[in-house]
Amino acid sequence: MSDARLSDPALGRRRWSWTDPKLRSSVIQIVLGLVLVWLVWSFYANAQGNLSRLGIASGFGFLEDRAGFAISQTLIPYNENMSYGRAFLVGLLNTLLVAFLGVILATILGFLVGVARLSKNVVIKALASAYVEVTRNLPPLFQILFWYLAVLAALPTPRQSWGVGLQPLFGALGSGLSAIGLGFLGAPLSAFAADLGAPAVFINNRGLMMPKPIFGEGSGLILAALVLALVVSFLIARWARKRREATGAQFPVFWSSLGLIIVLPLIAAALVGFPVHMDVPHLRGFNFQGGLSVIPEFVALLLALSTYTAGFIAEIVRSGILAVSKGQSEAAHSLGLRTGPTLRLVIIPQAMRVIVPPLTSQYLNLTKNSSLGVAVGYPDLFAIFAGTTLNQTGQAIEIIAMTMAVYLAISIVTSLIMGWYNKRVALVER
Amino acid sequence: MKRILLAAAGLLSLVGVAHASTLDEVKARGALNCGVSQGLPGFSSPNDKNEWTGFDVDFCRAVAAAIFNDPTKVKFTPLSAKDRFTALTSGAIDLLSRNTTWTMSRDTTLGFNFAGVTYYDGQGFLVRKSLGLKGSKELEGASICVQTGTSNELNVGDYFRANNMKYREVIAFATLDETVKAYESGRCDVFTSDKSQLAAVRLKLTNPADHVLLPETISKEPLGPLVRHGDDQWFDLVKWTYFALLDAEELGVTSKNVGEMVNSANPEVKRLLGTDGKYGEGIGLTADWVVRIVKATGNYGEIYDRNVGPSTPLGIERGLNNLWNHGGIQYGMPVR
Repeated sequence: MSDARLSDPALGRRRWSWTDPKLRSSVIQIVLGLVLVWLVWSFYANAQGNLSRLGIASGFGFLEDRAGFAISQTLIPYNENMSYGRAFLVGLLNTLLVAFLGVILATILGFLVGVARLSKNVVIKALASAYVEVTRNLPPLFQILFWYLAVLAALPTPRQSWGVGLQPLFGALGSGLSAIGLGFLGAPLSAFAADLGAPAVFINNRGLMMPKPIFGEGSGLILAALVLALVVSFLIARWARKRREATGAQFPVFWSSLGLIIVLPLIAAALVGFPVHMDVPHLRGFNFQGGLSVIPEFVALLLALSTYTAGFIAEIVRSGILAVSKGQSEAAHSLGLRTGPTLRLVIIPQAMRVIVPPLTSQYLNLTKNSSLGVAVGYPDLFAIFAGTTLNQTGQAIEIIAMTMAVYLAISIVTSLIMGWYNKRVALVER
Repeated sequence: MKRILLAAAGLLSLVGVAHASTLDEVKARGALNCGVSQGLPGFSSPNDKNEWTGFDVDFCRAVAAAIFNDPTKVKFTPLSAKDRFTALTSGAIDLLSRNTTWTMSRDTTLGFNFAGVTYYDGQGFLVRKSLGLKGSKELEGASICVQTGTSNELNVGDYFRANNMKYREVIAFATLDETVKAYESGRCDVFTSDKSQLAAVRLKLTNPADHVLLPETISKEPLGPLVRHGDDQWFDLVKWTYFALLDAEELGVTSKNVGEMVNSANPEVKRLLGTDGKYGEGIGLTADWVVRIVKATGNYGEIYDRNVGPSTPLGIERGLNNLWNHGGIQYGMPVR
């Protein structure tokens, strides 16, 4: 019977039947799609209806209105007369800054602690274990508040700032030596310290104040020299790799590049007569004016996020290293590689395949946790936009949608970069 | 997390269906949901028996007494300045009585109705005595702490600009507690807020005598209770509760004498207390609604004196908040 149906061209056409799995599934999919469209549409229509019933403003026009509030950390110029759109950008950059630096710090610290947990030295091992257990078992909000309140409480007021510079160091050394009867050594040191002038870096409970370099005329040449040094370093690295692959000879790429990057701009600066002067912070009235300053809210959030996430990264690194079989290190040792190169050239590259995917999740977590900064007054995207701006304008739907879109975009970009990196370090099977 | 939940609730309520009458909902629920601040002595703070007390709290109790004849039938929701509006929009609370400044944008584009001005206030500055400041014109270069989501956050920028001064930074914190902690730890030179709030916060500091309020008032801060747009009956009820408190004080009706005043021959008192006419029915209640209110919380003057007046730790003179016929600008509309 089935043979007859197959050979009959008229019956070969599809017929409307629930027993046909292909037809059935496409019908279900179409119905589901329609239901989804209807849901989205009814959400939208309902929201519009309710908003106009309550007389609440809607639309994105508010982005051009005057914001009116101040922001304590701005990477781009901003003042109260600028728009909500500008405030959004300021908040976004603040989020990106703390997330980017946090990821770097957490990675470095996490790798160090992860390797330390595998150390044969009992003290190092115990310290690393204690670090991991403390940081990953306390809520991140608590850690942020701890860093903020504990650190703030310990710091002096602006008028009693700790000046950091060589002067106090030499001064203290000089007076110390004089005090123990070595005046012939101490006196010239104290005089030298006085010559150095006042310190230029200050720490107080308003943050960290540093001199800001102001580049005068001719600074373009220094920048050009820096770019040139970077290009030449890149070419050297390529040449050295080719030579190593051909002959096996090593070349100190790192040190030569470092030398180039330092020396070339210095020569350029000397040629144009050092057109850089420092805008040194100075105490005036309540606070320090001028210079660069890092606010304590930022420092507390950065420290908390990076130490918290480093605890998780340490465990990921440890598991990655343990996943590489012992035979690998034994083979490397038998070829005469010392412990350092064994770790760097044999173990870590193989461990990376295990480490990178969960590492991506930790980077995403750190970025999202940065929104907790609102608790200590760090002006990130969440605080400025989903907080102050939302409160000011009341346009919850637009603002929450924009904020979600931004966090989603940051996360997707992070995932893409890490995915690309994962492909590069993945085991290439030949 | 609570913030995110509140925001989500706000979104859901906006995309959800319309509400029934607020008064019916409150009656069916058996309690009034009232938003107050998270702990501000004199205005809303829990006492040692864990009961909410204060000026703003008593207004919630007055509304509850008008509806239920029971001032305890209130569920208080402590809210930060930032979360308060979302809570009201979403329907999580029926009434916001949380020293909120009446501004045009809040009244219009945010979708709220202000029922009146229960407290006329103005923004000031709290500083350490050791700084030796005489006035707010000397604040050039200061670090300023402020609570985010307040009108204070907006006023401070305008004030400095108008006076050709520059602050060093304005640090905005999410809650009052965090703001005060930061000020106390020395993160800022100045804490700015409404003067009544500064007086209350000063009492909470470790050593209140070390801190002083600068004399200037830099803004108008008319504080009052507010409700959502879209339910005029509920708006009327809250508005007339406020007027009734003022009228009761003006006519000398107090929590002690309200029992005798019911028999008063004064036609104004008779209309207010419902022995003449049925004015209470116009707001969905019974004629004797004001009797219930005054019995429970006392009149406006009693509420003021009990919570923030000169005999309390806050010790704030009536000033602008005195009745219109006693040199102030509090003026209750007539019941007739």
